[in-house]
Amino acid sequence: MKRPPGPFRPGFWRSPLRGPWLTSVLGSLLLPLLLIVGATGFLSHTAYQPDLGHNAILDPTHDFQPFIFSWPTSPSWLYALNQGLHVNVGIVAVPLLLAKLWSVIPRLFAWPPVKSPAMAVERASLLLLVGGALFEFATGILNIQVYYPWHFSFLQAHYYGAWVFLAALFAHVTVKTPVIVRAFRERGVTRPLRQRLRDTAAEPYEPDGLAPADPADPTLSRRGLLGLVGAGSLTLLAVTAGETIGGPLRRVALLAPRGRVFGTGPNDFQVNKTARTAGIPPGSTGDSWRLALDAPQPLSFTREQLLRLPQHTYDLPIACVEGWTTMQRWTGVRLADLAEMAGAPPGMLMRVESLQPRGAFRQVTLNHDQSHDPRSLLALKVNGVDLSLDHGYPARLIVPALPGVHNTKWVKAIRFVEA
Amino acid sequence: MRKLYRAGPLHLLVHAAAFAVAGYALAQILSSRFVENFVIWFVGAALLHDLVLVPLYSAADWLARRELGPPAINHVRVPALLSGLLLLVYFPLIFVKADRTYVNATGHHVEGDARNWLLLTAGFFLASGLVYLARLIRHRSLRARRPPAR
Repeated sequence: MKRPPGPFRPGFWRSPLRGPWLTSVLGSLLLPLLLIVGATGFLSHTAYQPDLGHNAILDPTHDFQPFIFSWPTSPSWLYALNQGLHVNVGIVAVPLLLAKLWSVIPRLFAWPPVKSPAMAVERASLLLLVGGALFEFATGILNIQVYYPWHFSFLQAHYYGAWVFLAALFAHVTVKTPVIVRAFRERGVTRPLRQRLRDTAAEPYEPDGLAPADPADPTLSRRGLLGLVGAGSLTLLAVTAGETIGGPLRRVALLAPRGRVFGTGPNDFQVNKTARTAGIPPGSTGDSWRLALDAPQPLSFTREQLLRLPQHTYDLPIACVEGWTTMQRWTGVRLADLAEMAGAPPGMLMRVESLQPRGAFRQVTLNHDQSHDPRSLLALKVNGVDLSLDHGYPARLIVPALPGVHNTKWVKAIRFVEA
Repeated sequence: MRKLYRAGPLHLLVHAAAFAVAGYALAQILSSRFVENFVIWFVGAALLHDLVLVPLYSAADWLARRELGPPAINHVRVPALLSGLLLLVYFPLIFVKADRTYVNATGHHVEGDARNWLLLTAGFFLASGLVYLARLIRHRSLRARRPPAR
């Protein structure tokens, strides 16, 4: 078959920077970032404790959850750190991923497209690798901006997309490690970075390789290219990280989805899902509201009665799966005190239910550590004043290191269920 | 093996393992109603990147290279790339693609992201231009101090 024109011709790709060394460097820098994003993704899945009660979003009867363990409550910023890494490292990796794909693009137009069974297998796995990487990055990045231009379930697609991507990445890294080792042996790991623009020469051409057959004059050195990628990563980090870390960085989080400050009032911090969106019936949070403790000795409390119980105050973060965090001072009744009053037998798990009529996060089942940590509260106040309606008035859950949406708002009942 | 397959047994083994895991994950998604939509997004992401995004930025760079050489071209590349990256990642906020879901989640409208992106872009180009100007002035003064060639 005749070789088609344009990008299928070796002379078409002329950048003098492309070559096995450059791709090896970009790949070696990208891999640890991808491993952090992958590991924190699976840890987040665990943090939702899908093995308990009705916590699972994915159908647990045929869901593969090999890494589930009991998620701890200390340090209280554990989930904030996990999601901060997942989202921020993912965003930092975007320029590197694009540069890595740029460096290998001539191989997409290899001719003939398939030369051997091995090449056919490898190209099929590359579709999973590149498609998987771009799919995971695209869905994750759109999800933090609450933009859902698709029909599938984000959670299911992002979770199983990760399995596809990481499986293909494992195969890719295994077969490419010798290529990387060879490139670093031949050219040195950092030696090409010392070349200035005028000394920048193309890597030696090999048929079907990455280096150009007919290199153009350089307009950028290799260290210049890496500097450009680094500048891209730092810029993205600078406009994003403030919504995770807070403090003065929040002021430069110019494009972070949850970077804005709405005011200085005690309830002016970020909300996830307003009372209106959650469908909280207007009359249900007034004087008629009661907290039901459904246990061997069923109990019912008005808000006044709850306020007369021993109150405790802790500084705890709300950390969202989307990567933003907000640290506030919460006051309320210890969950452990409520369990004791209800006479809940040890070994029973605590399930907390909301006034919210619909939705996956209208209830949560806590593990033993979460319901017995002294800092785990049924919070009634925040920063010294009553919770606002959007922050869960009359009462909300606040548990250290728990994913944000599991800190159930508008609590109406606490039940004790078999583990 | 090497003659027929043209790679070692490890090559076949790791790829077989990868396809098994990927097949399992796809089977999990097959049970959902929207498997077609998932596949379109999965393959579409790769096609959109390889056949639209890469040709677009390559063509833009090719046009710039026709007009400018180093170092001037890099004073355009750097701010253009930084601005483009921010747009690529944050276009849903910049173009206000999901105000309804944003209001549902936060109680506030999307606001200020387009302005911030434009200001950042202007800042990148301004800073890059100033650095270029400083380079030019330094270059001129170095040349002026050098004794004239004979």
